[in-house]
Amino acid sequence: MTAIAPGTVPKASPRGSAARARMLRGLLPALSLALVLIAIAWLNPRAISYFGFNLMLNLAIPIALATIAQMFVIAGNELDLSIGTFVGFVGCVTATWLRDAPLIGILVLIGSIGVYALLGALIHLRNLPSIVVTLGMSFVWQGLAILVLPKPGGKAPDWLLSIMSFKPPYVPFPILAALLIAAVVHFGLMRTSYGVILRGSGGNAAALRRAGWSLLKTKIVLFALTGLFGVLSGMALIGITTSADANIGNGYTLLSIAGVILGGGEFVGGRVSPIGAVLGALTLALAASPLLTFMHIPPDWQVAANGAILIIVLAARVLISRRER
Amino acid sequence: MLQAIADIVKLDGAEKHFGAVRALNGVDFHVGAGECVGLVGHNGAGKSTLMHMVAGTLRPDGGQIAVRGNQEASYSVARALELGIRCVFQELSLCPNLSVAENTRINHPALTGFGWRRRAADLIRAKLNEIFPDHGISADDIAGDLSIGRRQMVEVARAFTLTREPLHLVILDEPTSSLDAHTAGQLLSFVRRFVAAGGSCILISHVLGEVLQNADRIVVMRDGKVVAADAASAFDRDRLVAAMGGAEGHHKAAAEARKTEPGALRVRARPARQQDGKELVARAGEIIGLAGLAGHGQTDLLLAIFSAASRARAGIEVTAPVALVAGDRQSDGIFSQWSIAQNIGIRSLARLRSGVLISPQREAELAEAWKKKIGIRTPDMNNNIYSLSGGNQQKALFARALGSDAEIVLMDDPMRGVDIGTKLEVYDLVREEAAKGRTFLWYTTETEELDNCDHVYVFKNGRIVANLRRDELTEEKIIQSSFGDAA
Repeated sequence: MTAIAPGTVPKASPRGSAARARMLRGLLPALSLALVLIAIAWLNPRAISYFGFNLMLNLAIPIALATIAQMFVIAGNELDLSIGTFVGFVGCVTATWLRDAPLIGILVLIGSIGVYALLGALIHLRNLPSIVVTLGMSFVWQGLAILVLPKPGGKAPDWLLSIMSFKPPYVPFPILAALLIAAVVHFGLMRTSYGVILRGSGGNAAALRRAGWSLLKTKIVLFALTGLFGVLSGMALIGITTSADANIGNGYTLLSIAGVILGGGEFVGGRVSPIGAVLGALTLALAASPLLTFMHIPPDWQVAANGAILIIVLAARVLISRRER
Repeated sequence: MLQAIADIVKLDGAEKHFGAVRALNGVDFHVGAGECVGLVGHNGAGKSTLMHMVAGTLRPDGGQIAVRGNQEASYSVARALELGIRCVFQELSLCPNLSVAENTRINHPALTGFGWRRRAADLIRAKLNEIFPDHGISADDIAGDLSIGRRQMVEVARAFTLTREPLHLVILDEPTSSLDAHTAGQLLSFVRRFVAAGGSCILISHVLGEVLQNADRIVVMRDGKVVAADAASAFDRDRLVAAMGGAEGHHKAAAEARKTEPGALRVRARPARQQDGKELVARAGEIIGLAGLAGHGQTDLLLAIFSAASRARAGIEVTAPVALVAGDRQSDGIFSQWSIAQNIGIRSLARLRSGVLISPQREAELAEAWKKKIGIRTPDMNNNIYSLSGGNQQKALFARALGSDAEIVLMDDPMRGVDIGTKLEVYDLVREEAAKGRTFLWYTTETEELDNCDHVYVFKNGRIVANLRRDELTEEKIIQSSFGDAA
């Protein structure tokens, strides 16, 4: 899925078949989410309710935010292997300093976004593989998190708790938040004129340089956005769990990558979709435990079953992509 | 001093070296206002390097550059754009993941704020309509979905769109290499209108006729130097070729009469959309041309024949091993991480094996043999394939096909953007191999190349509409069949 949203596809153009295949691929995240929802409804009809969604999608907001964070680096043909431990670090800062000494807490969080921006600059200037740099950084964030919070504990600031336990009428909060995140990022990355430049840097960097754009700047912006959404993800996570643990976000690295790919993104070429990424994150959040619990799969097997679901959905995507050729 | 002010751009003693290679060796070059300058020379003569300098993407190691009479000390892409100098590069520089309108936005910092998408779409649509009427491209199309010819049309049109920055000089580096004769003609007549209205243009092309007919002045480069520069009317084809050097001694292929005794049947193929009984027949030792407008089913048929060689397909009969020389070499031909030798050996792995491993020695022998035979210019065949110029990369792809056991060689417009010296060498090789009994199916967008063929099939809308023998082959006939209604 790229810039074209389903429905705006030109119909009678000579590229009709390619456009159709792309639309199909764009619909795939929505389809897989629908399938998971139907399965849940069939297994346990009571889960499809205001209360049920609140419960099932509890952790979907931080996963969606982390997925969006990962999507920004992937848009620039890079990969962030440190997002999980970064979310954990942010969580530890949120549960300690942000509550006890808000000023320091805010400065540390802003500073960590700055660190991400510097990483982007370093990767661009020294032409380093982002996988190596961010793998190294994942240990740095983990170590810092343990320094901030040596053993599980701390408490989320009250304002954050009240935001995350907000109960709007009719629509469950996680769904509302997902819509908001998808809409804001879609507008920013897919509709604004600078968003085009950011995606173009993943599509054909040489063309951008020849048109006079700074690739250093695009890389810094993409990494800073990753840092920003990583911070939001960590804060949202602590707002839900109320206390922190240095290892709390470790699973997010792979979840976020899977979410982007599930949502129709590709590792190279600047082809990403914010709406798809959020849908992918919701699918993963639902498939992760509610669905498998309703299927009476023992917890020992849930991780493996989760992986099997991923493989099935991604295989379907590959089949559709092949038709595009 | 009047001359200097009338010049849009002027380079004095420009020099550039990459390591030990002197790409440019003190070049003086200028373009006047309202002038179309043709630039010709072999691949590797330094044309592209010179143009990168004018466009600001490369900094000269020596010499000076002046724009409208002012010396530019810190010249860059941004400065060039500001001064109204733009370039359409030979390698396609669209972002494949973005739409046509979004690609337009990349070249225009002014396209921003509310409603920019609509303005960008209007801008590129109007320009496409102006240059290529009935182009069939929508501003919402994703660039990666378009055929290579359409992508080139978008790129050319984009270079002529106008927002805040002025537009004085457009560099067109092989602008027609992926266009068929019809769209190439539309483009060249637009260039003439643009120049007549006071704009300037640098036209680089390996199709010498285009340069002779459309340029006001022609500059010939060889080995990093300007070797001739004169009014276009002072040149003819022979003088141009002589100035470029290296191509003397070759003469037109059509002049040589070849033996025409029919060999064994190699390919019998009917296009999927063919309704009447026409079909393509190729025998051993024949060179068969596939002509017509670009994208009318020639490539599809070649690919169908290619897949029919390994798995039976209805309507296609193939009796010998097949190799394909790709036209879009960047995306379909080259393994970009591999050496030249590995790129050549990939089609012949069965022969290069010792036990279960590839023998590096045999691979090197094969590569070395073809380096000599086809004249690949490199110090070491173990260098990366990208160390070669475009023409030599294409030679490596020919070596891959000809060095294999394939008796049938399919060529999908492989000479796109290749200099004339290389072309003539490859033509000779193709005829030589055909005389030994190989069969060639050759799709080309350049009518001159069809002179090498024994038979030419003209395609229209995915169907064969004419089958011309060499002695009845003329450009008019091909154009007539390509545009005729009798399909």
